[in-house]
Amino acid sequence: MGTLIEEIFGRRAGRPVQAGEILLLDVDYIMSHDNTTPLAIKAFRDIGKPILDKNRIVLHLDHAYPAPNVLAAENHKKIIEFVREQGLPHFYHQGVCHQVMLEEGFITPGAIVIGADSHSNTYGAMGAFGSGLGSTEIGVAWITGKCWFKVPETIRIELTGKAQPGVYAKDVMIYIAGLLGMDGGTYRSVEFGGEYIDNLPMHERIIFPNMSTEIGAKCGLIAADDVTIDYLETQTPAKGPFEKIRPVNPRYERVLEIDVATLSPQVACHPDVDNAKPLEQVEGLEVHEVYIGTCTNARYEDIEIVARMLEGKRVNEFTRVIVTPASDRIYKKAMQNGLIEILLNAGCTVTGSGCGACIGRHGGILAAGERALTTMNRNFIGRMGSPLSEVYLASPATAAATALTGRITDPRKILEIL
Amino acid sequence: MSKAWTFGENMNTDEIIPGRYNITIDPLELAKNVFCEVKPEYAANVKPGDIIVGGQNFGCGSSREHAPIAIKGSQAKCIIAPSFARIFFRNAINIGLPILECPEAVADITEGDDVDVDLATGQIFNHTNGHQYQANALPDFVLKIADAGGIVNFLKTHDIQELMMNAEG
Repeated sequence: MGTLIEEIFGRRAGRPVQAGEILLLDVDYIMSHDNTTPLAIKAFRDIGKPILDKNRIVLHLDHAYPAPNVLAAENHKKIIEFVREQGLPHFYHQGVCHQVMLEEGFITPGAIVIGADSHSNTYGAMGAFGSGLGSTEIGVAWITGKCWFKVPETIRIELTGKAQPGVYAKDVMIYIAGLLGMDGGTYRSVEFGGEYIDNLPMHERIIFPNMSTEIGAKCGLIAADDVTIDYLETQTPAKGPFEKIRPVNPRYERVLEIDVATLSPQVACHPDVDNAKPLEQVEGLEVHEVYIGTCTNARYEDIEIVARMLEGKRVNEFTRVIVTPASDRIYKKAMQNGLIEILLNAGCTVTGSGCGACIGRHGGILAAGERALTTMNRNFIGRMGSPLSEVYLASPATAAATALTGRITDPRKILEIL
Repeated sequence: MSKAWTFGENMNTDEIIPGRYNITIDPLELAKNVFCEVKPEYAANVKPGDIIVGGQNFGCGSSREHAPIAIKGSQAKCIIAPSFARIFFRNAINIGLPILECPEAVADITEGDDVDVDLATGQIFNHTNGHQYQANALPDFVLKIADAGGIVNFLKTHDIQELMMNAEG
């Protein structure tokens, strides 16, 4: 009985649980990456006790990979030495950690996965609990296999209607961020449901839990259904049976109903994710870089939309257009299907997979006075480089339309021509 | 005296310490650039025991511990805010940086006030205007971690299960 998070935590606790309770729960997987693992190793060594279960530890190199400078290289070296020393079986450097976690089948309905990365909320797309923690807690969990959680209250977001052509999950989520604000979901579980979600393919669903982080949520959840099971069975090595855990007579703190049919493409404007505006209000604003990448919007289908819109055209000559596939698997599929060639012919730069320019360390850093439009999830001041640069967030379609003109452009204008 | 340093709402982890400086985990190194964009004078002038007074949703954004570590490295005694972002809250507790939720104190304290905090009781004293405020009490298990100086120190001498004794129910 309860909200989706109460159902998930209750199964693990072995008894019904309610919002407000504090639980010490076993976790299935403990994820960290090159940015956060060194501190976890430090906590682990400081405590001085052995790893409980190596199989639960998943390490990635993605944030600054391959290393753009000596310090990052030293970091990677330290992590690789640790992986070898401890004989850890799950070590990846083949794309953004969250995408690889999904692809490799670590995330299944009802799983409890903690990650030293704020966007670990992404795992909620599979009906799993995913949440970001700091490195110290990751080092602690390596030793204990456990983590403390306060069972959060739930905000239910009921999405109804059918989106207009040119309006994607990203637009809907930016609208929600604008509506709720950056702390609108703080400490809450945000449950996304309704007929719009039911009919959405997995690559679009992922946007909502992924960006639930931007409204402060502890987790963002979508109940597992046939779409989830199909994804797990056809796209991942995960072994069933999978349980479709659903809320049962839930008591929500708040229910928000949004008819997505009323929405036009949205842009989250500098300098906060909740500074959301209908695209019309910022149309024509000059950008110096268009960045298509990250755990939010660099999946195969995202790259496919961009390639379709850029096919046979050239991007604006003064706009850097950079595409960073979320994972090597996505990169390979895009290459096999000719999308990479289309992007290169259109004048895009295609980089190796990973977090790329998202954290402002490599692969597309902004100069002072420059403005980027990107498919990322976060646009804090200085995020992509100079503190005097600006970051605008939008869908891959809006990014592609903008790449052609060098100005923020309504994708529906390009899509109409197709 | 310990000086209050005030900050605005939604202070995010990039504003506390921009990602480009997170190439080290040395608290003193990180402290050199803490708040460099929002309050460039802080790092050079902060004194041990000074108090950070933040706005609501303090520490939102990334899960990076570099943010609370940078603040701890600057030798600030604690952070007072009306509310904290959840990962920052956990991280601060876990590294042994005390944080107090107290909207009244935040509304009343101005930058440069002489402020003192009794962490055991949650009482906050403003010696500049003579006012006193009471912060929300921290849960029992959080106090256990804070008392040990962080979760790492706690686990050196305790089992994780001991954290929840008397707390669950």
